[in-house]
Amino acid sequence: MTENNSCLKGVGLTKVFGMGKTRTVAVDHVDFDFCEGEIVSIVGESGSGKTTLAKMLLGLISVTEGEIYFQGKKRDISTHRKKKEYWKSIQAIFQDPYSSYNIFNRIDTVLLDCINMRGGRHLPQEKKVEIMTEACGFVNLKFEELTNKYPFELSGGQMQRLMIARIFILKPKILLADEPTSMIDACSRATILDMLLKLRNETGMTLIFITHDIGLAYYVSDSVYIMERGKLIERGSADEVILNPKHAYTRRLINDVPKIHEEWDLSTVG
Amino acid sequence: MGNVMLEVKDLTTKYITRFQEDVYAVDHVSLKVEEGKSLGIAGESGCGKSTLALSLMGYYFPPLHYMSGDIIIDGRNISKMEPDDIRKSILGKEIAYIPQAAMNALNPTQKVIRFIEDVVQAHDPFMTRKDIYDLARSCFETLGLPANVLEKYPVELSGGMKQRTVIAISVILFPKVLIADEPSSALDVTSQKMVIKMLRNLMENGFIKSMIFITHELPLLKNVTDDIMVMYAGQIVEKGTAEQTVFDPIHPYAKGLMGSIIVPESGLRKVKLTAIPGVPPNLKKPPHGCRFADRCRYVTAECRMHPIEIRQADGEREYRCIFSEDELRKAYQND
Repeated sequence: MTENNSCLKGVGLTKVFGMGKTRTVAVDHVDFDFCEGEIVSIVGESGSGKTTLAKMLLGLISVTEGEIYFQGKKRDISTHRKKKEYWKSIQAIFQDPYSSYNIFNRIDTVLLDCINMRGGRHLPQEKKVEIMTEACGFVNLKFEELTNKYPFELSGGQMQRLMIARIFILKPKILLADEPTSMIDACSRATILDMLLKLRNETGMTLIFITHDIGLAYYVSDSVYIMERGKLIERGSADEVILNPKHAYTRRLINDVPKIHEEWDLSTVG
Repeated sequence: MGNVMLEVKDLTTKYITRFQEDVYAVDHVSLKVEEGKSLGIAGESGCGKSTLALSLMGYYFPPLHYMSGDIIIDGRNISKMEPDDIRKSILGKEIAYIPQAAMNALNPTQKVIRFIEDVVQAHDPFMTRKDIYDLARSCFETLGLPANVLEKYPVELSGGMKQRTVIAISVILFPKVLIADEPSSALDVTSQKMVIKMLRNLMENGFIKSMIFITHELPLLKNVTDDIMVMYAGQIVEKGTAEQTVFDPIHPYAKGLMGSIIVPESGLRKVKLTAIPGVPPNLKKPPHGCRFADRCRYVTAECRMHPIEIRQADGEREYRCIFSEDELRKAYQND
């Protein structure tokens, strides 16, 4: 890990909600360093602050304390224009595909917006259609069937795949996936993960998974960060953290997941 | 061989929609659960798992309708009974059901003990409140729930605790069969473990005699149930013990499902996940031949010609495929 290929770096990142009696420290002095092209997972239970961290990385909420460095330079999103520039390099997929779309916009509009955002506003219509068809083909959807449809006419898995098609057009530097498969059943999960990994291999982007599914984190990621109550308690390569956990909380998380080959120990319930 | 608690023969139920398009969500399903055993049902979303659970109770409300087949609970055929009789004498007493979001079933304005009084008095109107309280208390204690939950309102309980409370209420009359429809999929891993531990407890303490567990999480099924049944498009495609189905599936669809398992174990990173391409067929117009044909890698022209019958394999296993066990195994080896 050298300094020059650091993609996203956080130093002492803190987020506090409320004040006085209701003061809650959601993220507490978190340090991290994501390299370019790395696949990272941030794992934690509900309420551990992982989504708050994701929102801070995206610039959706302000940072109470600490700094975020993007590609070696301090991140600057003080104006709307700078924020828009920043969002060209970082994009996200959220948990609930149903609430990720504007229900009044057709699917063509969703994809056209992405082309415009990349500066393809003046491309001829045929070229735009070609890009959209290619993007839909990448995620095994047929653009001819989708055109003129509204998002609610698609199934959950199809919507999530369309979300990946958006990312395919935008080709950001960083993709943040916040529980991308938790609302999808186990069979479609493999399809979605395969597509994300294929996309990463083609574009070389940094992929950040936010998840509570420790098995998924182990399968996809190079390095794993474990969060508990806003604090980062363990970090390291996936093999290190999952197969040889140091922290008691990590061990508990791994023990609580049902296994296939090993016996599932039910006696250690808290 | 123990007593057969629940036996289902050729059960077919359908949804009748407004446009005269019938959806056969459960199509000639037969199954058998013995005393002290649990059966897991696996499958994708939309394959009819939950509809099967609703059908097994024998209590149908539109648009779900009963077509044919028998449901026999401990020697008593309930498939031809009147809905009112079923509600009075079967539900809760013979067969209990835990829906997916069971924790939302509790009325927030009533204490937990009132729900228990409701359930018990519906079946035994002469039981006094004190007796009911004692029964509930002993039941909760055996199941490892604190007795002060009885005096609380549902909003005071956490999600996992609410779920366990609902399970405790549903088994208060000692049903013979418990149907659990994804009881833990809305919970985090720690609460899930507690729910599973409790379901195991129920069986060991004699609260229930048999269980049907529905989920799409195969690692969970392997750890909870004795047998696993894989459903696809309203039909059973494979049935066997949990070990056999998970480690050594016969049907191509079951094989595909097992290829999508993700668990934090060493060796997982070397395995490549195999996703099944395509989507399940529309049950308004199911294919005439094999329903899995469009997504199967080993499909032949003959597969689509006529409906596939279920076949027997070694060790009381069943599968629904045109190929024999040996042919399928050879095909898997060549991949």
